[in-house]
Amino acid sequence: MSKMISYEKKDTVIHELSGFTKLLFFLLWCMISALTFDTRILILMLVMGAAIFMISKTSWSQVSGVFLAIMFFMVINLVAIFFFAPYQGCEIYGTTTELVHLFGNYSITSEQLFYEFNVMIKYFTVIPSVFIFLVTTNPSELAASLNGIGVPYMISYALEITLRYIPDIQDEFHKIKNAQEARGIEMSSKGKLMDRISNTAAIIFPLLFSTMERIDVVSNAMELRGFGKKKKRSWYSKKSLSAVDIGVIVFIIAFFIVSMIITYHDGNRFFNPFI
Amino acid sequence: MVLQDPIIEFNDVSFTYRSQQKPTLKNINLKIFPGEKILIAGQSGSGKSTLAHCLNALIPCSFAGEMSGTLRVAGENPEKLGVFGMSKLVGTVLQDTDGQFIALTVAEDLAFALENENVPQKEMFKKVDEVAGKLELKNFMNNSPRELSGGQKQRVSLGGVMACDVKVLLFDEPLANLDPATGKRTIALIDEILKNENMTVVIIEHRLEDVLYKDIDRVILMADGEIVCDKHPDELLSSDFLTNHGIREPLYVSALKAAGATILPETHPQHIESMNVEPYREKVLEWYHSSDFKRNDVDSQTLLSVKNVKFSYDGTKQIIKDVSFDIKKGEMISLVGKNGAGKSTMASLICGFNKPDSGVITFDGQDLSELSIKERGEKIGYVMQSPNQMISKPMIYDEVALGLKVRGVPEEEIKERVYESLKICGLYPFRNWPVSALSFGQKKRVSIASILVMGPELIILDEPTAGQDYQHYTEIMEFLMEIRQKFPVTIMMITHDMHLMLEYTDRTLVLTDGELLMDARPEEVLTRDDICERAYLKRTSLYDLALKCGINETDEFVARFIEDEKRRKQGKSHE
Repeated sequence: MSKMISYEKKDTVIHELSGFTKLLFFLLWCMISALTFDTRILILMLVMGAAIFMISKTSWSQVSGVFLAIMFFMVINLVAIFFFAPYQGCEIYGTTTELVHLFGNYSITSEQLFYEFNVMIKYFTVIPSVFIFLVTTNPSELAASLNGIGVPYMISYALEITLRYIPDIQDEFHKIKNAQEARGIEMSSKGKLMDRISNTAAIIFPLLFSTMERIDVVSNAMELRGFGKKKKRSWYSKKSLSAVDIGVIVFIIAFFIVSMIITYHDGNRFFNPFI
Repeated sequence: MVLQDPIIEFNDVSFTYRSQQKPTLKNINLKIFPGEKILIAGQSGSGKSTLAHCLNALIPCSFAGEMSGTLRVAGENPEKLGVFGMSKLVGTVLQDTDGQFIALTVAEDLAFALENENVPQKEMFKKVDEVAGKLELKNFMNNSPRELSGGQKQRVSLGGVMACDVKVLLFDEPLANLDPATGKRTIALIDEILKNENMTVVIIEHRLEDVLYKDIDRVILMADGEIVCDKHPDELLSSDFLTNHGIREPLYVSALKAAGATILPETHPQHIESMNVEPYREKVLEWYHSSDFKRNDVDSQTLLSVKNVKFSYDGTKQIIKDVSFDIKKGEMISLVGKNGAGKSTMASLICGFNKPDSGVITFDGQDLSELSIKERGEKIGYVMQSPNQMISKPMIYDEVALGLKVRGVPEEEIKERVYESLKICGLYPFRNWPVSALSFGQKKRVSIASILVMGPELIILDEPTAGQDYQHYTEIMEFLMEIRQKFPVTIMMITHDMHLMLEYTDRTLVLTDGELLMDARPEEVLTRDDICERAYLKRTSLYDLALKCGINETDEFVARFIEDEKRRKQGKSHE
């Protein structure tokens, strides 16, 4: 059974990159995506994201569940934007091209559609990068890189151990869910929504208690083996940056700078096809 | 050895946990010398874990309390050095190998303590490689914990502490989560390491027979916070200390005593293989021929029938390969096999958590595939290993009532049925208590009560006695036997405990690598060498005893002894 959104060892260029490179890439990439509304840059990122996704050999089953959940929120987000600010696009682009009048104050304009289209692509540029980052980065190597750039090792290791236990907790979740379902607690879509929400407590509490138990054992085990003894810590899995890493880092910084220049050169972060 | 100074020295040590009134350790005086191999035995609550925690300084550094007297480990005061300081002297291998496995891969876990010491990477690679070589872990260096067997995990745990060049190895119930054969190998491994490295070993364990598989220098028996006995195993087994303090004797020793023999230390009772049984032979034969045993076969209707079931999680690796068996009404069945043999998967197929790829499972003649998990839950109850995995309500009453409430049973009827179930489980006096006020054993009862309340015809228990000492084990099992009398229910247990299977179950299903290897009486299974080997079971020592005494009907001998023991136990409880 493949685990959702957790590191899986594969032999690709992306997996080979140092955790530090990937983290930097990921952060800058998300910043670009958040800041720019330049459709050309967003589309370029979309294509690049898809290519990286392919290269990293990330399988659909690793990410499908979370992907669908995000899609669900995206749709809600897009609909909500329309209902709360139906003319946001017109304000931004300065023109109003009405396509269809709906009712009352609401009508569909091509500016609004274009604006929401941009919002949508932003989702699609960020999502794959999150997935790729999580499934290709060895958590311990990431922790080592974080520590290398000055993050205290307590925090880096906390992050590593969280990622390390995600699959275990997923397992535990399934086990508990099964046992509670057998007791008659309906978790499938057959039950009423309110019932299902109150029924999740039947899984969350046992999960919480058994997780707490585990935390207790693990923290004792870590202490017994000297974790936290010294101010500094070395890392078995630390990788030094390779030539490829340097190349990727240079590329993403350059890409960041260029994108920012293109986005802000006219003092407006929106690319406007309506003028 | 006498000339050396002790490496561990307790001088009148007492300890009281902060939350408790009475001391858990009382005036402990104990010397352990370098190179010794010591077993500390005792029931839960006897203070044996507390004693162990004093050695690695978890007491008093992590568990607060009042400590008096002096303790020295390798000349140092653990309290002063703290947990970190002690981790360089005493390597602790925990009971829970999953908990001990901190890092993501074997190599990193071996390196964990070195990383914390800020050892340079190059040196770390060398040291890890060396330890991995000693423990034969080199082929698994990049595996994650979930890809390892129980025995391999244990090796990693051991390697993780050995990487630090510790002087004392402390094992905290190393056998608790292992199948019997892996447990045996672990003991052999400890023995081997001790021979090659200059280390002192302290093992805390209540599964005495399994630890005694290899030589032990001294057994220290604890009860109520005191050391009640400190003897060579040969002498200890010749005394009544074990039974008087709730520790299970090795089975062959019990059998010899049952036959009326007085065991002498000169006959070296430590291992059955090398024991001299000549002096007892006649008594055993006499006892065997005078005892009788009538089998009462369960001959009732078939309740559950599994036919040609096949299953795989991913479509490639077959977890269950064409398994068929029947369970009759009222039977008590044990499902055994090594870790990862497919036992839990089989249970999840019966409960409907997974669907078989092919084959049919019928219940009382009805095809189960027509029923949802919820509907099956009314016929088949599933009790998970730890009650903490099941309990979701703060109050006992609400927890037991949960299954009925969600099924819309009227309030009056719920009350009646919950009270009845609580009475059966001996929890009625606590009905208005919060769950958090209960002990682990009582919580286990709550989780069983909340299944019983739905009136299932079959209950599947996953490792009902794992990690429990002899007394709690007996409590849980006697409780199940009682339920069986009060309530017409069929029970299937997944277990690693060979004794549970011998003592309490009518029939054993042996599952290995997804195949049903044997379906027979427990005594037949445990006297078959080939089966035990393949399924990672441990042949019972009664078998060796029978052969040594010249009895060839080994399974009959085992059955008669178990029956005899049961009768005596019942006699005791009726007194």
